[in-house]
Amino acid sequence: MHLTKEQQCQVDLNRARYEELKAVGQKKAPKALPGNTHRDAAAPVESKIIRREIVPGGWYWTTRLDRGDALRLINVTGGSCISVLAWNAYDRSERLNHADTIKVQWAANLEKGRVILSDMGRVLFSIIEDTSGKHDAVVGGSSPESNRTRYGAGRHRNTRENFISAAAKLGLDRRDVHPCVSFFAPVSVGADGQFKWNDGVRQAGDFVDLRAEMDLLVALSNCPHPMDPSPAYAPGDVEIVRFRTEPKKSDDLCRTASAENIRAFENNALACLSA
Amino acid sequence: MVYNAIPASAHIVLDTAIEACAPWSARIRKGQSLRIIDSHGQQAVDTLFYNAVDPAERYSGQDTIRAQGSLYIGKGTALMSNEGRVMLHVTADSCGLHDTCAGACSCESNTVRFGHQTKYYHACRENFLIEGAKYGLSKRDIVPNLNFFMNVPIHPDGKCTVVDGVSKPGDYVEMLAEMDVLCLISNCPQIHNPCNGFFPTPIRAVVFEERE
Repeated sequence: MHLTKEQQCQVDLNRARYEELKAVGQKKAPKALPGNTHRDAAAPVESKIIRREIVPGGWYWTTRLDRGDALRLINVTGGSCISVLAWNAYDRSERLNHADTIKVQWAANLEKGRVILSDMGRVLFSIIEDTSGKHDAVVGGSSPESNRTRYGAGRHRNTRENFISAAAKLGLDRRDVHPCVSFFAPVSVGADGQFKWNDGVRQAGDFVDLRAEMDLLVALSNCPHPMDPSPAYAPGDVEIVRFRTEPKKSDDLCRTASAENIRAFENNALACLSA
Repeated sequence: MVYNAIPASAHIVLDTAIEACAPWSARIRKGQSLRIIDSHGQQAVDTLFYNAVDPAERYSGQDTIRAQGSLYIGKGTALMSNEGRVMLHVTADSCGLHDTCAGACSCESNTVRFGHQTKYYHACRENFLIEGAKYGLSKRDIVPNLNFFMNVPIHPDGKCTVVDGVSKPGDYVEMLAEMDVLCLISNCPQIHNPCNGFFPTPIRAVVFEERE
């Protein structure tokens, strides 16, 4: 298509701005992120703990989560995977968006300092502690088909059906079941686009802390990840600890990790003002 | 690259130019093929599919990439639904790189990615909402989509970028419907990243079927 001089000029301006944003986004984020939490560090203060819950292997759990409360997901056996869905408690059409989470942060790897975004450019969760940094924001959870492929005939509980049940118990239906993110699922993408499961990096006691940045409805599913190569269907129990976090400081890691995070939190704040 | 003409024996059901930045939709019957042509090159085409009878069954990028074990969409990819069924098969592809992980642009995500001053620019999410509303679909029904002709590599270390599209003028992708589907398209209006070469252009959609 032939562009006029003015059109070409606009194209060049847009490109220059994009290159600048990309450079800032990719350079700044890794510098700002502190790496993994030590397994013995960051224990929640006992008086701030609201509830502990064991979710058996293969099962799901739902909760309403107030802004400022956090969930610690603990991989008790080291062999579990926890898939997560979340909705704005007051407008369930606003929900976790794995695609925006990836592209906005220029990163498919979730780790301490990253956030999980909604489709409305707002932060649902901050990842405030994380001992492994080995999670999956791309491939999603298991389904009846993926279990059949992996384990053969027979009934094996799966994340797709868990989420349909979980959604129903939150007053939602399968239209509300969106793509998920999965914790303790060490998946990476090879140069050829093939997915790779990085075995041996998960450890018993790994945990990740998700702080709610708005009032949420949350569904968790504790089923083996569809790429988990273990031939046995043997999801271990996981422990969920709900606790109250301290008010955010002005230099809060997730809030300030990147220009994108800052703007997403500004959108959260604006939504409160207009409510 | 060979640009195959639609066979002369085929019956053309519809052949439409889709303006730059515009939405489009059509019902495509089982056995019909949809060809999307990137008329001018480097134009992202955001696409969603719904089961025409039961729209709660819809395209699922996660089911699609899990089933094929890899990230990018191309010839041979089975486009899967959230119920684990094949909706369409990609039967031809002259481009070779299509994304299904980066989702659609929206006014809201643009503010986070590019600055609050970009809020009031047209976006794919707007197109999907407007076009989907004609069929009773709402924001709840809009899920992360296919991005034909859009290049979003994810690197082994997790880094992810939207880079210049590789499609040339006339490149196309073709899909055979395995069930009756509703197709929603947003001819992406994004000008803040390279997915449209910083200049959105028209595309063309052709639906055809082999005669009995």
